[in-house]
Amino acid sequence: MLTIDRYKCGYCGACVGVCPACALELVETWLEVSDDCIECKRCTKICPAGALALMEDRS
Amino acid sequence: MKCDVVIVGAGPAGSMAARTAAQKGLKVVMLEKRQEIGDPVRCAEGVSKASLARLVNPDPRWIAAEVKGARIYAPDRSNVVMSEDRSGNEVGYVLERKIFDRALAMDAARAGAQVMVKARALGLLMKDGHPYGVKAMRFGEVFDIQAPLVIGADGVESKVGRWAGIDTALKPQDIEVCAQFLVHSELLDDEYCEFYFGNQIAPGGYVWSFPKGKKLANLGIGILGSRSESGAPVRLLRSFMEKNLPDARVLEMDVGGVPVSGPIESTTADGVILAGDAARQSDPITGGGILNAMNAGIMAGEMAAEALARGDTSKEGLKPYEDRWRATIGKQIAKHYELKEFLVNLSDDDLNSLSSSLQSEDISKMDLKGMLRVLFRMNPKILWELRHLII
Ligand SMILES: Cc1cc2nc3c(=O)[nH]c(=O)nc-3n(C[C@H](O)[C@H](O)[C@H](O)COP(=O)(O)OP(=O)(O)OC[C@H]3O[C@@H](n4cnc5c(N)ncnc54)[C@H](O)[C@@H]3O)c2cc1C
Repeated sequence: MLTIDRYKCGYCGACVGVCPACALELVETWLEVSDDCIECKRCTKICPAGALALMEDRS
Repeated sequence: MKCDVVIVGAGPAGSMAARTAAQKGLKVVMLEKRQEIGDPVRCAEGVSKASLARLVNPDPRWIAAEVKGARIYAPDRSNVVMSEDRSGNEVGYVLERKIFDRALAMDAARAGAQVMVKARALGLLMKDGHPYGVKAMRFGEVFDIQAPLVIGADGVESKVGRWAGIDTALKPQDIEVCAQFLVHSELLDDEYCEFYFGNQIAPGGYVWSFPKGKKLANLGIGILGSRSESGAPVRLLRSFMEKNLPDARVLEMDVGGVPVSGPIESTTADGVILAGDAARQSDPITGGGILNAMNAGIMAGEMAAEALARGDTSKEGLKPYEDRWRATIGKQIAKHYELKEFLVNLSDDDLNSLSSSLQSEDISKMDLKGMLRVLFRMNPKILWELRHLII
């Protein structure tokens, strides 16, 4: 699951621009992830602030 | 609600499109999802004086500083200096974009465009596969705006193109990921925009210092997405600052991404035009996108007026826009994309040799092209693959 560290996020939208699944949306300072996320890690790699990470599901 | 053209995004592209279309008599609505146009800034704010003056009257209220030129550092810190009028579309003025972007939106409003803030486009309205406006949310309220044409000027994070079936998603190798601090330091040069290259300093990109007057500057870094990792821009910028400007005080922090994909296949669809960063029209070498966005915005606004007059907003009917931007700003974007693909692979040794070969030349009056020609003459081995761009 993609997690967002909202204390780090600089709400720049770079992640939205690289997301191949159109799963991210920036609402002013609030980044939303939809169920369309395919966990490809493009966004975690390019996030300039290091605010995005992929967590293993613990179900 | 109905109008002739809906513009999504009130950056330089959107505002120029809105102003142009409104001046031509169209009923224009421009949506901006932020509550404050121009804030937060995602830009180093550098722009060429002469090129900007061709588009708007320079206003001291949004000019933070004027510079004499660019100083470019190789990894070994040898440097070359280029004069302001030869340094390309990013050097000349350093703007105050919070004020600049607002002024451009104000010009659009004065020309008759309706500007809505805290108003986010949520998707296209579709009938029989043809868009006829946008669904939007303003201050929590969802509503439709019907229009035969939508201009997507929604920047690096653009969705408008994707909603219309144009895949604008950027691959990591096609985006520079950036961090920037507005800093105060006695060690800053107030007169030159400075660029620092090196694979340790900024892999596939550079560090910049763009002066804003009185020892203030935008100190930033861009790293090629494919060579970056989570949080690297902020980390590397901090270490550059600690090493080179130990007395620096940070007054603001920005992050952002710049498309460096070169021209994309299509920037139009039925009922849709893309302009500016949304159309990936930023310069792949410098990362400068303000002027291209403004120029594309004007072309999009003109296209809107023509298409509506003809009653044809189909993809075919919008082809003149496609042709016009590719024949103008698109040429340099395409060339610089090739150049960038080459430059990002140079080693520090290559960069140092290139810089040292320029030390004995008078390049103060040369532009990038002239400089490349000299470089090629002196370093044919390193630059052989680029010969078709230079000769
Ligand atoms: C760190 C950094 C440094 C840079 N330095 C320079 C420089 O020195 N010189 C230069 O020329 N260029 C520079 N650039 C590039 C420049 O900032 C952009 O090219 C320029 O802003 C593009 O203008 P635009 O109008 O296309 O998009 P933007 O200015 O990004 O505007 C897009 C607008 O659309 C809005 N929006 C997005 N989605 C929606 C939606 N769904 N609904 C409503 N509104 C929406 C956004 O909120 C935004 O306000 C830099 C970029 C970065 C990241």
